[in-house]
Order: sequence, then structure tokens, then C-alpha cells
Amino acid sequence: MNMMAPTAEVEGELRELSYAEAIREALDIALGEDERVILMGEDIGVYGGAFQVTGDLVHKYGEERVIDTPISELGGAGVSVGAAMCGLKPIFEFQFSDFAALAMEQIVNQAAKVRFMLGGAVSVPLVMRFPAGSGTGAAAQHSQSLEAWLGHVPGLKVVQPSTPADAKGLLLAALDDPDPVMIFEHKLLYKMKGEVPAGRYTTPIGVAAVRREGTDLTIVATSIMVHKALAAAEELAKDGIDVEVVDLRTVRPMDRDTVLASVRKTGRLLCVYEGVKTLGVGAEVSAMVAESDAFDYLDAPIVRLGGAECPIPYNPELEKAAVPQVPDILRAARQLVKAEV
Amino acid sequence: MPDSVDGNAPFAIRQYSADELKAALRKMYLIRKFEEGAEESYTRGLIHGTMHLSIGQEASAVGACMPLTDHDKITSTHRGHGHCVAKGADVEKMFAEFFGKETGYCRGRGGSMHIADVAKGNLGANGIVGGDIPIAVGSALAAKRLGSGAVTVCFFGDGANNEGAFHEALNMAAVWKLPVVFVCENNKYGMSTSTARSTAVKSIAERAASYSMPGLSVDGNDFSAVAEAVDTAVARARAGEGPSLVESVTYRWRGHSKSDRNRYRTKEEIAEWMDKDPIKRMAEMLLAHKILSADAVAELEAEADREIAAAIEAAKAGPDPEAGDLTRDVYTELAA
Repeated sequence: MNMMAPTAEVEGELRELSYAEAIREALDIALGEDERVILMGEDIGVYGGAFQVTGDLVHKYGEERVIDTPISELGGAGVSVGAAMCGLKPIFEFQFSDFAALAMEQIVNQAAKVRFMLGGAVSVPLVMRFPAGSGTGAAAQHSQSLEAWLGHVPGLKVVQPSTPADAKGLLLAALDDPDPVMIFEHKLLYKMKGEVPAGRYTTPIGVAAVRREGTDLTIVATSIMVHKALAAAEELAKDGIDVEVVDLRTVRPMDRDTVLASVRKTGRLLCVYEGVKTLGVGAEVSAMVAESDAFDYLDAPIVRLGGAECPIPYNPELEKAAVPQVPDILRAARQLVKAEV
Repeated sequence: MPDSVDGNAPFAIRQYSADELKAALRKMYLIRKFEEGAEESYTRGLIHGTMHLSIGQEASAVGACMPLTDHDKITSTHRGHGHCVAKGADVEKMFAEFFGKETGYCRGRGGSMHIADVAKGNLGANGIVGGDIPIAVGSALAAKRLGSGAVTVCFFGDGANNEGAFHEALNMAAVWKLPVVFVCENNKYGMSTSTARSTAVKSIAERAASYSMPGLSVDGNDFSAVAEAVDTAVARARAGEGPSLVESVTYRWRGHSKSDRNRYRTKEEIAEWMDKDPIKRMAEMLLAHKILSADAVAELEAEADREIAAAIEAAKAGPDPEAGDLTRDVYTELAA
């Protein structure tokens, strides 16, 4: 069974699409079905987006709905928050996730809190998209993985699709959600192809996916690390190590049940994520296991592989060294299956 | 304009009926008494946290809301009690919010700094200086896109004019010709720092030139002047001609917040501004134009006093939120 394929309940005809094409298809569906949907972002119109995700949508829906903003991340984000509070359903594209730092005020102090602060009198049906991650040679200010920043904020939901099918399904789920949903898309995945169902479907927020079943070790991975974990699992299978790979998919709210069930089964946990290791997503996954009954099932200490404790460097070899790679996963997994509590 | 009105009378006299003017003065008294009631409640320990009082700025809040209907929106600031009353809020629900009650506008979750009345078009006070400015532009974008005809009045203080959000938001509103009116209540100090020490331009209205929108500075203690400037700006917004910036020059009699020891301004300066009391000036204008008698003015003030006293008593009796509801409204509860 191909566990990277969409779940069985999705009925649309399967086609091969890239991750970027799958997102564009979701945007097209969203714009086509609901006049309240608008896209906002820098160079998302005739330019088609820095990563060509919005493509030609401006020609189909016009500049009134596919809105090029000035280079004003704080203001642009705030306009999307106000528009969401007043009846529109904006989908806001950051050109790079790093630029979220310019807009944190509006994301964290406004979008995340306004419903709560007003006692439920308003909602903020806002979707924000963040092209994230390293591997493009763009160095320290265009390569970060900042999902843990936003995952720390009650009021936000944070997802990290790893496949084209989920990129489409999670975007449409985010659109249906009445609260702000932050989507971290890995830039190296934009060209990755995969089977994507036609038509409208949603991938539930807050539900992880078991991408490979196994009995010896659980790897909980996010985003592009899911693919590295799966590649490592194939290698490890040759050594008789049977790895289960859990694609977390949502950082907040985290799918506790799927992670704990897997750890109870395998008794070993390796977390693999691209964000900086300290205080990152894997720290939360580890704590979640350590605080639960699944802890009693552990046969070895939990291991985390995360981004190095430095900004992303420019030099290609250094850049690779700054985030977990397949050999790192292999090494950690082999040690882990030998280790005992 | 009724036939009997002098063509040289102030805008407000020419523009509004006697009932509308009386209601406006009543609201100004209600704001003054509300703020005094809030201050007293704070002293008596009924209010947790801090507060930012707008005593002295009543003409600005009420004047700017004159051209608006319940359908129109406002966004407001940490000094937002007056805006909330001016937009038609129920003072009992406001006090209930200040007392942290479940019956308050924000169910006791927001307090003074996040007071809102969404049903009346007040999208809320904001604790972040300039935080509401892009949100107001978003509200105007929604109004334009949905064809609702609503205009958004965005209140902010002089301190906000040096925030990046101000510049980014004004630029976007102008580029997209959105129906929004930026009302800068320049009360001379961002906490303790005077505009002379913080702001490169002499008048904040000059900032409008950078964004190719009309900018007008008015006496913010003159109800008629504020109402006239905002009325013109709202008409322009409704006609699809885009945003305007109105600077309403005023003064807060009290300190920035409850921690303020007034070390940055003199007693003489405060006294000078108290002589320019906007409520007194409004009452004098209505007397001079025979809209109201002195007795009627006194009765309006007494009525406001009674309304505030009753609201405080009623608000105190409201239920506190349940601790079990702590995380309610962090997210929208979805039907299963």
C-alpha cells in the first residue's frame, strides 16, 4: 500500500501534481467557490509568486481578488486580519517564512488573540502561507523553519504538509476553519510530485498520518523530514530494523493519540525536524510522550534530531550540515535500537 | 438645515437637529462621568489592572462618530472608553467588563484595553499602539469588496504616528482607495514623550501628503470642528474617493495610565487645557444657539450622573466567569 497517497475516503480521480500545483489547485477551488476568498501577498499577481504557487490565478480572478501588496509585511498581515474580522476569507502569502518576523505583532497579538480578547464576539477566518526551510542556498534570512514560534501561540493552528495531496487538503481544511491557520510549506517540496485527488476534499487539521508501519522504532517527522525518514527506513529495513514513520502534519493542535499509539507499539522514539532543535517541535513531541503512559513502553531514551544551534549558513556543505540528513537519521536510529533504558 | 439657522453658525449647528445635538452633548457627559466612575471604581479596588482615561478628549470621540451609523465600523485604542460610548455602547456592559464579569462586553476576558461592541460596529480597543491601523484598513477592504457601503473610522494617538504599521497601512489604504478615515487624536504625549521630541513633522496631518490623501488638523476640543472634518472625510470615503487623515488636537487631563506621576508636564499646562474643556464649549455653543437652556444642560449632566451610578451598581451584581471556561474562545468551538 502506498501510504503517501491520500486517504481512502477521498474519492476524486488521482493525478500526478507537484506540491506547488496542488496548492494552486486548492487556491483555485477556494477562489472559485466563494467570493469572499481573496489572496494577498507580495508579487503573487502577474509575477505568479516568488515560488510560482499562485501562477496565473490573477488572470482568472482579477487583481481585486489576487492582490499584490506593497512590501509591507506588518501592514499587509494586519489588513488580512481586519478583512477576516469583517467578512472576507483572506489567504495571505508570505514570500518567505522568515518575513513573519516583520509581522509577528499582527499574527501573535492580533490574529491569535482577538477572538479570545473579545469574549468570542468575532472570529478570524484567516489562512497564512509560509514558504519555509533550507536547502536553496538563500542563507540565514531566507531559510528558517519557524513553525515552533507560531506553534507556541494559543489561538493559532499550525500545519506542515509533507505531500502534494496534503498540501491541497490541509489548505482547504484551513479555509473551512473559522480560526487563523498557519501553513508552513517547505520550499524544497514545491517541485515534488505526488498523487492528488481531483475536486474538493479536506485533510483534517490535528491528525497525523502513519506513512510507514513498523515495529522496532517510531520516527515522528515533520515536513521534508518525513521523506528523509522514509528513505532512512528503507535502508534500515535492509538491516532488519522495522521503522514506523509518523508524519505529524499538524504542529498545533498536536495529534497525541497517533504518536502515543505508535510509541507504545515500538518502544522507541526518534523525532526529526528541521527547526532548531532546542525548544522545537521535537521537544514538544518528546515531552508529550514522557508525560504519558507511553513513557512506560520506552525501551530506550528518546532521541531528537533537529536543526543545528546556528543560523542557516550559505556554503552548501555547511547548509546541509545544519539540518538533519538521511545519514544522521540512520546513525541515530541504529544507536537507538541498540540502546536500552 | 432648518430655515431659522444662521448660515454663519458652526457646522454642527447647521448640520444637525436639536435632538441630535442634545444626544451628542449627553454622550459627552456620559463619557466624562463614565471615566470618573471608572477612576473611582479603580480607587475602590473594583478594577483590576490599569486604565487609560480620556477625560478632556470627549469632543474628539463624539464628534468623529457623528457621521457614522451602526453599520459603519470603528477601531480604537488603549484610550478607548470614549470611542466605545460614542459608538453607542451600553455603559453597564462596559463597567461589567471592567469588573471582569461574564456579563461584560468581552465576558471579562478583555477588560479596559480590549473593550469592544461588535454589534454597534466597534471592532475593539487595542493594547498595541498602532495595532488597529492595519486592521481598520482590512475592515475597509472588506467593505469595498463586499459592497457593504460601510466606512471605517480608525482612531489612534500621536504615539502611533511613528509606528511602522501607521505608514504601511496609510499607504495601502491610499493605493487601494479604501473607505477609511484615520483619526489621529493628538493629545501631545505618547506616554511621557511629547510630539515635539518624537515626531519630525509639526502637525501629524502633514503625514497625509506622503500618502496622497487629504490631511486636516482641527481643534479636537471643538465638537463642531471635529464633526465637520470627519464628516467631509466620511463623505469622501463613501463616494469611493479613498482615505483621509484628520488630526484632532486635544489633551488628556489625567496621566497616561494609573502609574503616571505627571513628571513630564506642568500643572500650568494641565490647567490651561482644562480651561478649554470640550464639554463646556459644546454646552456654551448649544446655549448660544438656543438649542438648549441652562436648565436642560444641567439636567443632561445630572442624567448622565444617574445613569453611570446605576450602571456601576448593576454591573457589580453580574456573575464572574467560571474558571472551567478558561480556554473558551481561544478557538471557535466546532459542532461535532
